[in-house]
Amino acid sequence: MNAPSASAGPADAVIAEPLPDVIPYRRPLTGVLGLVRQNKALAFGLALIITMILVAVLAPYLWTVDPTALATSRRTRPPSELNWFGTDMLGRDIYSRVVYGTRVSLTVGFSVALCASVIGLAIGLVSGMVRWADGIIMRFVDGIMSIPPILLAVALMALTRGSIENVIIAITVAESPRVARLVRGVVLSLREQPYVEAAVAAGTRAPMIILRHILPNTLAPMIVQATYICASAMITEAILSFIGAGVPPITPSWGNIMAEGRTLWQVKPFIVAFPALFLSVTVLAVNLVGDGLRDALDPRLAKSL
Amino acid sequence: MLGLVVRRIVSTVPVMGIVALFVFSLLYIAPGDPAAVIAGDQASPADVEKIRQGLGLDRPFLVRFGGWFWGILQGDLGTSIFTGLPVTALIGQRIEPTLSLMVLTILLSVSVAVPLGVLAAWKAGTAVDRLVMAFAVLGFSIPVFVVGYLLAYVFALELDWLPVQGYTPIGKGLWPWFENLILPSLTLGCVYIALIARITRASMLEVLQQDYVRTARAKGVGQPTILFVHALKNAAVPIVTVIGIGVALLIGGAVVTESVFALPGLGRLTVDAILRRDYPVIQGVVLLFSFVYVLINLAIDLIYTLIDPRIRY
Repeated sequence: MNAPSASAGPADAVIAEPLPDVIPYRRPLTGVLGLVRQNKALAFGLALIITMILVAVLAPYLWTVDPTALATSRRTRPPSELNWFGTDMLGRDIYSRVVYGTRVSLTVGFSVALCASVIGLAIGLVSGMVRWADGIIMRFVDGIMSIPPILLAVALMALTRGSIENVIIAITVAESPRVARLVRGVVLSLREQPYVEAAVAAGTRAPMIILRHILPNTLAPMIVQATYICASAMITEAILSFIGAGVPPITPSWGNIMAEGRTLWQVKPFIVAFPALFLSVTVLAVNLVGDGLRDALDPRLAKSL
Repeated sequence: MLGLVVRRIVSTVPVMGIVALFVFSLLYIAPGDPAAVIAGDQASPADVEKIRQGLGLDRPFLVRFGGWFWGILQGDLGTSIFTGLPVTALIGQRIEPTLSLMVLTILLSVSVAVPLGVLAAWKAGTAVDRLVMAFAVLGFSIPVFVVGYLLAYVFALELDWLPVQGYTPIGKGLWPWFENLILPSLTLGCVYIALIARITRASMLEVLQQDYVRTARAKGVGQPTILFVHALKNAAVPIVTVIGIGVALLIGGAVVTESVFALPGLGRLTVDAILRRDYPVIQGVVLLFSFVYVLINLAIDLIYTLIDPRIRY
């Protein structure tokens, strides 16, 4: 890669021997692999998330029993060889419920991150590109954002019956405005960039400008935001279930298990402890990935945080 | 200056209007017929219809919204379906614990988080900095009820230093009141502290690189004066902003914290209202919290001009 040294005169420059490749050139690692190499926290978070996904997918094969099977004779037993995490008030195996609960948490987290990103992106793009709509849309976004997200999700859940789909919709409504705000901000600053002006001057049509020049540049901050939304959605889901406004009580979700252990937590703390541990570790993993991606994808934002 | 303040205050009106519209729509599309609930089980369809007309439920959406909004402006948030009491009365009964919890949490959090953030920025890159930042990531990740149970288990059950649950009104003495609120405030403050510490550090890092900080250092100003007088003052705007924005986290967290520590506040009222599908109460609480949140952020915007005379609207 080093250019032949400048001392070589013009006469023999043409026939200069190629330098022996002592150190073979290695393309700097880019993409996911490179990121993981450089950022240990990101790698750790990613490994944890992959483990959790495996746990969720392989739940039936991880020495679990039916998470809804009642055993009234074996209620609130402490952890033992038979019930690794103990049993709850209805004698259900907490280990199995916690393992199956991974499915609910991950489904809600990932779905909300995806839905909120898509909806927020659409709203943000329209708001950033269409001048006359901007004022109206942003007033609405401001309005919804001034209702604390958890409270909004709670209020929406009060309207419908508890199901995982409704939980996803409620949290998505509460989280989308954040993405819309972010995307709008990025779009507004991108519009003023010389290369966008150049594209406009060259007669590129608006859809093409959005697709080729605006959209790709919103992706980095949006992916970072999506990971934080994923983490916050997991916590919100658990909170909704915990206060009885989330997925139906029979569904094994971490919030539900904690809700069941709530009245007994002083005497049987293990019922609350295990789902709490799983929830905290999973959210931590997602946040670590979010921080790592932020540092890698958006150095300016990384500096400001 | 006054014109700017007035303009900023006026700008919150559309936001509040949209919040009100949104919250009203919530009740509008809520399942169940309030007229049928009020009429009772023995009522004939004609009776229900009469009550519906009496309540104005047969009128168009915007007319009803107007009437409802007019009521709010006069301090009428409607009547609880379950208890039959006015929502404002219910809120009045429950507001003290929540208000105490929030105020104490904000005071506690700010007085812990800002010095932590300053420390981390001062010692940037060292083990102290990494420790504070690790705490910040943890604080973001551990859900509020987990913190609550953990603190209650260690400090109330195991060590027996503080009461496990419950609330003592401030009228019965400052210490019993405070004693009951320490753990809930720490619980609720965890995320908030993490958030403020993180922003404080970032904002301080930027300011500490400025020339005037170097000048101050060169002329022999002591480190504490540099950090807290020269730097913190100039780093204050983002910190104050996040203190305001973070109140949303506190409001959401209060609902859970009050459940964990059995505090008879607005959070408990909300949870009970959800379980009973008592929509007017849910509506009232959401509206109240949202207005408070908007007002806090309005106040913070106005504080900007005091901290930083460069800011103009």
